[in-house]
Amino acid sequence: MANLAINHVTKSFGSLAVLNDINIAIEDGEFLVLVGPSGCGKSTLLSIIAGLDEHTSGSITIDGDPVDGLEPKERDIAMVFQSYALYPAMSVEQNIGFSLEMSKMPKAQRLERVSKVADLLQITHLLKRKPGQLSGGQRQRVAMGRALVREPKIFLFDEPLSNLDAKLRVEMRTEIKKLHQRLGATIVYVTHDQIEAMTMATRIAVMKDGILQQFGTPEDIYDRPKNVFVATFMGSPAMNLLPATVVGETLSLKGADAVLPVPASVVAPLTEGREVLLGLRPEWLSLASAGSPSGPSLPLLVEVIEPTGPDVFAALRAGEREIMARLPTGTPVAPGQKASFAIDLSKAILFDAASGVAL
Amino acid sequence: MPAIVLSPSLAAVTVCVYGFIAYTAILSFTGSKMFARFDFVGWRQYERLFENPRWITAIENMAIFGGLYIIGATCLGLFIAILIDQKIRLEGVFRAVFLYPMALSFVVTGVIWQWLLNPGLGLEHMMRSLGWESFTFQWLIEPERAIYTIVIAGVWQVTGFVMALFLAGLRGIDTEILRAARVDGAPIHKVYTRIIIPALRPAFLTVFVIEAHLAIKSYDLVVALTKGGPGVSTELPSTFMYSMTFTRNELGVGAASATVMLVSLASIIIPYLYSELRNDRHA
Ligand SMILES: Nc1ncnc2c1ncn2[C@@H]1O[C@H](COP(=O)(O)OP(=O)(O)OP(=O)(O)O)[C@@H](O)[C@H]1O
Ligand SMILES: [Mg+2]
Repeated sequence: MANLAINHVTKSFGSLAVLNDINIAIEDGEFLVLVGPSGCGKSTLLSIIAGLDEHTSGSITIDGDPVDGLEPKERDIAMVFQSYALYPAMSVEQNIGFSLEMSKMPKAQRLERVSKVADLLQITHLLKRKPGQLSGGQRQRVAMGRALVREPKIFLFDEPLSNLDAKLRVEMRTEIKKLHQRLGATIVYVTHDQIEAMTMATRIAVMKDGILQQFGTPEDIYDRPKNVFVATFMGSPAMNLLPATVVGETLSLKGADAVLPVPASVVAPLTEGREVLLGLRPEWLSLASAGSPSGPSLPLLVEVIEPTGPDVFAALRAGEREIMARLPTGTPVAPGQKASFAIDLSKAILFDAASGVAL
Repeated sequence: MPAIVLSPSLAAVTVCVYGFIAYTAILSFTGSKMFARFDFVGWRQYERLFENPRWITAIENMAIFGGLYIIGATCLGLFIAILIDQKIRLEGVFRAVFLYPMALSFVVTGVIWQWLLNPGLGLEHMMRSLGWESFTFQWLIEPERAIYTIVIAGVWQVTGFVMALFLAGLRGIDTEILRAARVDGAPIHKVYTRIIIPALRPAFLTVFVIEAHLAIKSYDLVVALTKGGPGVSTELPSTFMYSMTFTRNELGVGAASATVMLVSLASIIIPYLYSELRNDRHA
C-alpha cells in the first residue's frame, strides 16, 4: 500500500511528444482511473509507472521514494494487461505463482499464497488448466490473480475489461471495486470507457493528446469539468453545448431566439457581446410543471423519445439547436409536442467559445 | 463441383503415390532381382537386408547424421532466430543471407561443400597458402569423419529455413507476455526457457517434421558431396536403396530397404502429429 506521485513527466518517441508535463498525485488506497480517447497516452503513462518504459523527463515517486530507472520488479508493482498476457505453456497455478517463483519463495509457501488468491477469485477448480482452455472471463481472473498474489504496493490495470462482453464487464467492474475496498490497495486503472471511470474511481485523470485535461474526483469531473473536452467526453449522452452571446446579465442563445440568465457558478466578469457555450447535462433539464413557474425555462419541441427503462432520453429542438434531456420514465411527453422545460442553472457551466475553457 | 476439379489429381495421387508405395511393399516380399517378379519369398529379402553390413552402416550413419542434423539445425536455427529477434538493425539483410542456402538445391550445396572441404582446393588449401603450413582438415577423405561433413553441409543449408520458422514463431508471441514477464521479475534466460521456447511448441513440431523428412530423403547431398564414400563410410539408407535397386540388380532388397525407411519414418512422425493435433483440438 502506497502513495504515488507523477511529477512533470514527459515522454517523446523521437520527435513525437506522447506525454506532456503530466502531474498527478494520489494517496494510499486511492483508485486512480486514467481515461481518454484512443492514442492519448494512457498506456504509455501506465508503462512508465510500471518501469516498462523510460520517461524522457520528470520523476515518479512511490511512497516518497523516486523509482526512476528502477526495473519493474524493484518497484513493487503488479500489472494486469489488456490481453491478459498469460504464459501459454504454463498452468494457471504456475502462471499465478511465477512471480513468487522468480523471487525464490519456497514452494510450500508459494502454493499456499496461490491457493489463497485462487480462493478469493473463485478459480480454484481451474488451477491445473492451461490458459488456452479458459474462457475470456476466466483468463481475466487469472490475470488478476497473478497481480494479487504478489501483494504489491500498487496495482496497475491496462484496460483489463475491454475484451469481455458487456454483461461480464459490468460484473467484473463491481468485483474489482469490491476487491479494492476489501484490500485497500492503491490502484491505477486505464480505460477509455467513461462509465468505468465514473463508477470505479476515487480520482480521475482525463487525458487527451498527451496532455492532462483535468485531475479530480468523479464529482469534480462530472459536475465541474474544466473544459469542453472533459465536459463532452465524460457522461452519456454527452453534455449539451449551446452557443450564446452575453447580453448584459443574460445569455442570448444563438439560433434559438431565447434568453437565459447567466449561471450563478460564473465568477469571472463577462464582457458584453462575449461568445460563450452554455453547458447543460441532459439531466439538468426537466419538464416545467404548471404549478411551479419559478426558475428559468425554455420552450422546446419534443422530436424523438428514447425510453431506456429507468429514464427517457428526449431529443428536443430549440430553433436550430438540438438538446438532449434525460427525463424520469413516466414524464408526460410525446413526439411533436411543444413544452416548457425547466433548466437547472445552478449547475450549468459556461465555456469560452474560442478556447473551450470553463469560465 | 469441387469433387470434379479434385478427382484427376486425387486419382493421380492415389495411383502414383499410394499405388507405388503398395507396389514397393509387395515387391519387397518377392524374389525380384533385376526385374520385378512375383515369386513370393516371405521375409527373405528383409533377412538378407539386415545381414548386409552395408545396410547396417547405412543405418548407423542415418542415426548419426539424422540426430546431429536435427539437433544441430534446430539449435542453431533457434539461436540465430533469437539473435535476430533482438530488434537488430539490417534484420532483413540477415534474414535473406541466412535463407539463401535453402534456395540452393542439395546438389549445389554438396558441390560447394565438396570444394570447401576438399583438402587440395578448399579450407585446407586456403589456410596453407595463408602460411599455416601444418593446417590439416581432411574429414572429407577420412572414413571415420566423412559423415560429419554431410552433417555440416546439411545443417548449413537448412538452418536459415529453420531460423525463419522460429523467427515467425517468436514474432507471433504477444509482446505483452514479455512485458508481463518483466513485471514478474523473470531474468532473461528464464523468459526464454520458461515462456518463449515452450510457446514455440508448434514451430518445433513443424521444424522437426521438415528436418526429419529432409534427413531421410537426403540422397542428393550425399551423392554430390561424397558419393557414399570413402568406401561405404557415408552410405545412407537412401543411397543404399538406390544402388541396390538400380545398379546391383537387387530389386527385392531395395524394396525391402525402402519399406523399412517408410515404416520407421511413419512410426516417428505419425504419433507426434497425432498427439499434437489432439492437443490442438483440446486447447
Ligand atoms: N513505441 C512507440 N513509438 C512511437 N510512438 C508510439 C510508441 N508507442 C506508442 N506510441 C504513440 O504514443 C501515443 C500514445 O499511445 P498509447 O498506447 O499510450 O495510447 P493509449 O492512450 O493507451 O491508447 P489506447 O486507448 O488505444 O490503448 C500514440 O499516438 C502512439 O502512436
Ligand atoms: Mg492503451
